[in-house]
Amino acid sequence: MKIAIASGKGGTGKTTLATNLAAYLSGSTRIILADLDVEEPNSGLFIRGERIFREDRYKMIPRWVEKDCTFCGLCQEVCNYNAVLNLGTQILIYPELCHSCYACSELCPTDALPMQKQKMGVLNHYRNGNIDFIESHLDVGQEQAVPLIEQTLKYLDDKFPDDSIVLLDSPPGTSCPVIEATKNADRVILVTEPTPFGLHDLRLAVETMEKLGKDFAVVINRDGTGNKGVEEYCKKKKIKIIARIKDSRQVAEIYSRGELVYDKVDDFKESLEGVKDYIVNMRG
Amino acid sequence: MKEIVVISGKGGTGKTSLTASLAFLSGNNAVIADCDVDAADMHLLMSPDFGYREDFYSGQVASIDTDICTSCDLCREKCRFDAIDKVNEKYIVRELDCEGCGYCARICPVEAISMNDQYSGQFFISKSRMDNTLVHARLGIGAENSGKLVAKVKKEARKIAEEENKDFVIADGSPGIGCPVISSLSGADFVVIVTEPTVSGIHDMKRVYELVKKFDIRVSCIINKYDLNPEITSEIMKFIDSESIIHLGNIPYSKVFTEAVTKGITIMENGDKEMAAIVTNSWSKIREYIDD
Repeated sequence: MKIAIASGKGGTGKTTLATNLAAYLSGSTRIILADLDVEEPNSGLFIRGERIFREDRYKMIPRWVEKDCTFCGLCQEVCNYNAVLNLGTQILIYPELCHSCYACSELCPTDALPMQKQKMGVLNHYRNGNIDFIESHLDVGQEQAVPLIEQTLKYLDDKFPDDSIVLLDSPPGTSCPVIEATKNADRVILVTEPTPFGLHDLRLAVETMEKLGKDFAVVINRDGTGNKGVEEYCKKKKIKIIARIKDSRQVAEIYSRGELVYDKVDDFKESLEGVKDYIVNMRG
Repeated sequence: MKEIVVISGKGGTGKTSLTASLAFLSGNNAVIADCDVDAADMHLLMSPDFGYREDFYSGQVASIDTDICTSCDLCREKCRFDAIDKVNEKYIVRELDCEGCGYCARICPVEAISMNDQYSGQFFISKSRMDNTLVHARLGIGAENSGKLVAKVKKEARKIAEEENKDFVIADGSPGIGCPVISSLSGADFVVIVTEPTVSGIHDMKRVYELVKKFDIRVSCIINKYDLNPEITSEIMKFIDSESIIHLGNIPYSKVFTEAVTKGITIMENGDKEMAAIVTNSWSKIREYIDD
């Protein structure tokens, strides 16, 4: 059972919710937390543990074998990403543009473009009591987050039974990385804040989840600031608001130090109850 | 003409509020580009007129003509993105998974697969209430190629700035370190990193700085909510100093950001003189260093 924690806008509190929820739920059950925001993974700053596994992650790109090449130009013709260039005397490959579709490699009449591994990032698996924490981070300069997110999800599927509770800390936005992170989730929790920015980006996130056909609910963070726009929007769209986390400088300060909040601020912990109910009644 | 890009690595640091404030300060002297096409928010503070709009197509998506398809399964076998599915004995393309490589269309023995241009979003050129032009966009849901849309926004902004003899392009960059932010940074002259003194703020700032270093760009930094955690603020100051990053200023933890956003105005216009002075001073520093 996978629960993705996502948001349109960045900085609304996805990681705060994901890490605190993981720690809170781990008091009574086993929890798997995965940080899929591979561009800027932060959950690991809050959930630490003993590292039990670490592995470099690769994507596949073509390698040019000069002696086999006839410069027929088919590779350049079939590449829809302009990642292969036939200069007539040399084949240039741009790994950052390559999507690993294998077309050039498999269609090359002389097998002059075998696919080979290129490192794109690292996956780490930590354990801390009842929490298994998995995070991947993309190497700086790598452009594509999606293949690494995909591999991280595959790691989860291979490693843990289907009935495990898996929390996915997702990347922000509405484009390909967030689709990849949420498309196989059973439920999605959208974290927002009660401002026009929050509302605007929540609308985009809701449209995305509707397009994916997801069951989703909203958590309002920094409640008490801004205006009623998000509340009114959710009411009109009949979207469940499962928790409201009060705006508080104290929470911001605890967060700033890399500490968990739920065991220090009572009403924060109460807010997590609503989220827990949403997850638990899915199980039942 | 110089191009200034505001980025943050981490979301929620006040990047857009600050970019809009720089847009306000530069007024008619700049063209503004909202490169955060995933979650474009600059228009909420700038009241643009959406005067010009066009649909943006980028990349392709496969579609299978089931009348021609012989169910040979070759496309599904070859697709590396698991984008082809067999439903009720019919082959279909899952559009959100298709990356538009065209491999399937090329190898289909009966030519049942066609590649169609993919709608990626809308692109706008607006006059804003700040007496300047805002170039912005809205990425389609789940669209690929946000980097390409960012590149288009930047290119148009640059073109307008040159045609109209403006001194600056000011761009609200994208979060993260992947393709959209790489696209935001390319060709820029000056970057402003907005950070905050939290463990994640400093972590993300260092990561995005690693990326910025790969470009030949002058780097500056502004610390928002500096009084939230004085220890991390001094750690950031040390880092800035050791890397010779230009320090633009420190902004206190303040409700002005939320208040201003709620009213649809910038933090320059919300009546907080101290805040306005810090941002104005940062803008002067940018202008001073950018001409070095």
